[in-house]
Formats: sequence, structure tokens, C-alpha cells
Amino acid sequence: MNRIEGQIRIPSGCAIAAVISKDGNRMTGEKIVESMKPMHDRSNGLGGGFAAYGIYPEYKEFYALHMFFNDRSSRKNCEAFLKERFEIVKSELMPTRKIPAITDEPVIWRYFVAPLQSNLHNLQLDEKEYVARTVMKINSEMPGSFVFSSGKNMGAFKAVGFPEDVGVFYKLDEYEGYSWTAHGRYPTNTPGWWGGAHPFTLLDYSIVHNGEISSYDANRRFIEMFGYKCTLQTDTEVITYIMDYLIRVQKLTLDEAASVIAAPFWSTIDGKTDPYEKEKLKFLRTVFPSMLITGPFSIVFGFNGGLMALNDRLKLRSMVVGEKDDKVFIASEEAAIRVMEPNASNMHAPAGGEPVIVKVKEGAF
Amino acid sequence: MIIDVTGLEFDALNEKLRESDSTVTLKGCLGQRFIASGMKDKTITIEGIPGNALGAYLNGASITVKDNAQDAVGDTMNDGEIIVHGNIGDAAGYAMRGGKIYIKGNAGYRAGIHMKEYKDKVPLMIIGGSAGSFLGEYQAGGIIVVLGLSTDGSLVGNFPCTGMHGGKVFFRGEVSKEAFPKNICLNPATEEDIDLVRNSISEYCDTFGFDKNEILGAKFTVATPDSNNPYKQMYVAN
Repeated sequence: MNRIEGQIRIPSGCAIAAVISKDGNRMTGEKIVESMKPMHDRSNGLGGGFAAYGIYPEYKEFYALHMFFNDRSSRKNCEAFLKERFEIVKSELMPTRKIPAITDEPVIWRYFVAPLQSNLHNLQLDEKEYVARTVMKINSEMPGSFVFSSGKNMGAFKAVGFPEDVGVFYKLDEYEGYSWTAHGRYPTNTPGWWGGAHPFTLLDYSIVHNGEISSYDANRRFIEMFGYKCTLQTDTEVITYIMDYLIRVQKLTLDEAASVIAAPFWSTIDGKTDPYEKEKLKFLRTVFPSMLITGPFSIVFGFNGGLMALNDRLKLRSMVVGEKDDKVFIASEEAAIRVMEPNASNMHAPAGGEPVIVKVKEGAF
Repeated sequence: MIIDVTGLEFDALNEKLRESDSTVTLKGCLGQRFIASGMKDKTITIEGIPGNALGAYLNGASITVKDNAQDAVGDTMNDGEIIVHGNIGDAAGYAMRGGKIYIKGNAGYRAGIHMKEYKDKVPLMIIGGSAGSFLGEYQAGGIIVVLGLSTDGSLVGNFPCTGMHGGKVFFRGEVSKEAFPKNICLNPATEEDIDLVRNSISEYCDTFGFDKNEILGAKFTVATPDSNNPYKQMYVAN
């Protein structure tokens, strides 16, 4: 019998792309889906996905839960559980197109929910922690149910297939977001299942990742001490939880989080001339050594109101950034950016460990 | 002859290229990999953005890219030339063993990684702007030249020549000794050194319209491995 993702590890290349409007102008998903076409050969059809921000303005106060279920009974079970914890303001089958390229889909459902205030009060938890814990509980304890997106006014869309087909399947041309990220998967460690496709998300944080981190298990053991549960044995999941821990829980800035996961070499730190920067980098490496991510990665980390692109400190994966007017484009290959914007300018490849942070101006998202 | 390659898969593109005249322009290129791989006796001009591993195993053909090129240009190329009028991605000239790559702009990380030479097969790469980190990583032979033109003064990123054990890297101007591994020797270029690259730099300047006298008139620094301890490297203690 074939073991599904999470039960087996096979010791993987991928494609990533992103676009964001700094003015908060919303774009349909068509361009980002197109951008994946020239990078087709970077994936092998075992996973594709997108994260989109600003797509649910009419439900922006509610957490949007995107879920996979094995069958109807898993859904009924999980819904009963959700009702104990949330007010469900809308519940619907995810709109999809039937296309030959995407088959064997699970039951895909979408909920817009608000945490029950009485529960929050009893547990003395803030909303986000409450939602995060619920996601962990479902994904680790309820077989047949899987939350793959749980943020406000954003959503992840992912499947087994090539990304350009996944975009058509989820009708991304009908959504409008101010920021999009995309991923084409070439799984190397796991067999490839719908839940294991990128982006990996928690709350409004999402990660698309090209690479293969060698510190996976050290990172996993450390992050699991803080209540996170890695259910899929895939390295991107652990990066997502590390970012959540550093930013939401430890309240680090994006730059600081980048200096933790892609910490400069000690020799590079020693060479810094600004004493404050030097001390800060030393401090971060000393306090969070187990969150240093080694091995190749290029990631795009999405969140409400912005995104951050980052390479590993040795830059073992490619990543290119370009701009045009209010938009910033990021991709594994320049060709993908040229598809989205043939006249993009200031095309450059950021150095390893040097984060590219783009934020939408305040009030525009 | 002009071939419009818009939307063509790389294998179909290369098939057309093999059947084409000896002088050919590819129009509408966008991300197709392995263009002209292994080819000889062709002069190819590319409009658009060629995909990764452009000219891999190139065996004598001449390729001119009018804009930027992506990663792994000239991977294991044996002979011929690749001229890039923009910037070039990571790992340019990966394991290159002959021929030349001229880049007008900057090179990404790991340019010239694992370049090698044997007798008269001495590969050459000239980078007009600056080079990213790990330039000449594990270089075993061949020549890399970094000119530092139209940059903010920087020539190269971190950890240049890591694991280098053969060949030469020329920098136009001075570089900081601290950036290099201990087994790399940095010396002012001698006339003999410059003789190795003089004609090529002249040709480079003619190709891109730079002033050769000004460029060749500057001081150059040469990095070579100290052959007494050639394998000292950052990843393994030895």
C-alpha cells in the first residue's frame, strides 16, 4: 500500500514567483498563473499552489479556513468540532473547474469564521493564538481533515498538479488580490499530496519555498517544543512555523527574523563595522541558534500587507527581483517576471541572506 | 535567418536551431533551457531572455544574448563563445573547460565554479561589472577577469576563490585580502600575467564599446592558489 505524505520521507527543485502592488491595487490571478509557464520544467506535476492577499474584502473580519477532507464524514465530524469553537458565518464548497489535468481531488471546503468570545475569555488566549492552536489540533489529531489556509482576507489554493493547471482548477482568474505568491513543486522528500503542496500557511503567514533544507529535523525538534506540530515531514512546513514563532510570538521584525533563519557567518559578523549591527547579529545568532536554516532555500514569505523574499546565506537557489510602477515582482527566473511585466526594470538578484521586504502602504489593504 | 521561438518548448527550439542556417537570430525567447547545447558551427543571436543552462556543453558555436541571461550559462562548455550584453545569473561557466564567456554587466553567485583547464584548453570569463559571492569556487584552472566597470566600486562579494586550487582570477583594482581564504595569494599583475589576457580584454572592449586603453591601463590584482596547501576549504577542517 502506498503511504501518504507525512508517513514517508524520500530524500527535491521547485519554482517560485510573486507579485505585489505597493499601492494595494488588486490584480486577478491570471498573470501569476501565466508566470509559472516558462518555469514548467522546474516542477514535476506533484504540486502547485498560490497564496492571494486581499481577496475576501467582504469577509475581511473573519478567518477564512480552506480545508481538505477525505470524505463527507470527515467533514461532518470536523464541522461539529468547528462549531464548538467558532461562529461560522459562511460555509461553502470551494469553487473549482473540472479539468483533465487535476484529478483525485479531496473534498475542498471553505469557511469564514469568528472565534467564540466566551472560549477566548475562558482560555485567556488572543484570537490568533486560538486559531493557530485549532489548526494544529485539526491537522494533527483529526485524520481526514486538513486546514491549508487560515488567515483573514487571504487564502492559499493548492493541489497535486502543475501550477498553471492548479490556477485554472481554482478559478484564480476570478479572484482579485494586491499580492500573490506561487509555487511549482518538485518534491524530493515526500511523495506529493494535496496538503503537502505549497504554500504552507498559518494564520495570514504563507511560505513558498524552492530548496531543500538540511537542518529540517533540528529545526523541527526545536519548534515542536513551542506547541507547533509538523505533520508532513516537509521542510517548508517547519519554515512557516519558525516565521510564525519569530514574528507573531517573539515579535521580531522581518529583518531580524531574516537574520535568524539566514544568519550571516561568524566571519561575516566579525567583519561588520557598525558596532550596533554587529552586537545585534551576535545576539540573534546566540539566542536563536536552533532556528538557523541551513541548506538551499529561496522563499517568499507572504503576510497581510506585504511580503518578504529571502535566499539562504550561501544562495544555493536562484531568485530575481524586478519592478514596474507600483508593482514588485519576484521569481526563480527572470523569464517568469517578463511574463508578468515585459518592461520590468531594476532587475537584480539579491545577495544570499539579504531580505527583500515589500509592504503595501498603510490603509491600502 | 530569423526564427520566432515564442512559446516553443526547448527541445523543439533546439531542433529548429539544428536545422537552421549557420547564422541565425532567435526572436521571442523566454525561459527556454539548454539553448544551443552542444552545438558548433553556428552564430546565434538571442532576443529575449534565454533560460537556464544556455550553451551547455557548447562545442564551438558563438552565442550573443542582447539582454540578461539566467543561471548556469555555458555549463561544461568545451569551445566557442557566449557574449551577454546584460547581467548573468548564478553559476555562469559551471565546470567550463574551454571557450570564452564575455559579460557586459554583473555576474551572480559562483561564477566560474569548477572551471578547469588542460594543455591548450584554457577557458576564459570576463565580467564587466562585479561578481557575486563564491567567485571561482573550487576553480581548478582557466582564467576569470573582473573589471568592476559601472559599479559602486565593489568587485566581488564574499568568499571569493573558496576551494580554488588552480587557474587565475584577475581583478581590475585592489581587493581586500581578508575576503579570501588563507591559501589564496594576491599579487599585483605582472606584465607576463597581463599578456595572458591582453588580447582578450581588447576584444572584450571592442565587443561592448569600452575604452581598452583606459581599462588595460589600470592596475590589476591576480589571485592564485598557494599550491603548497591547495585543498584547504571552508566546509571541512584540514
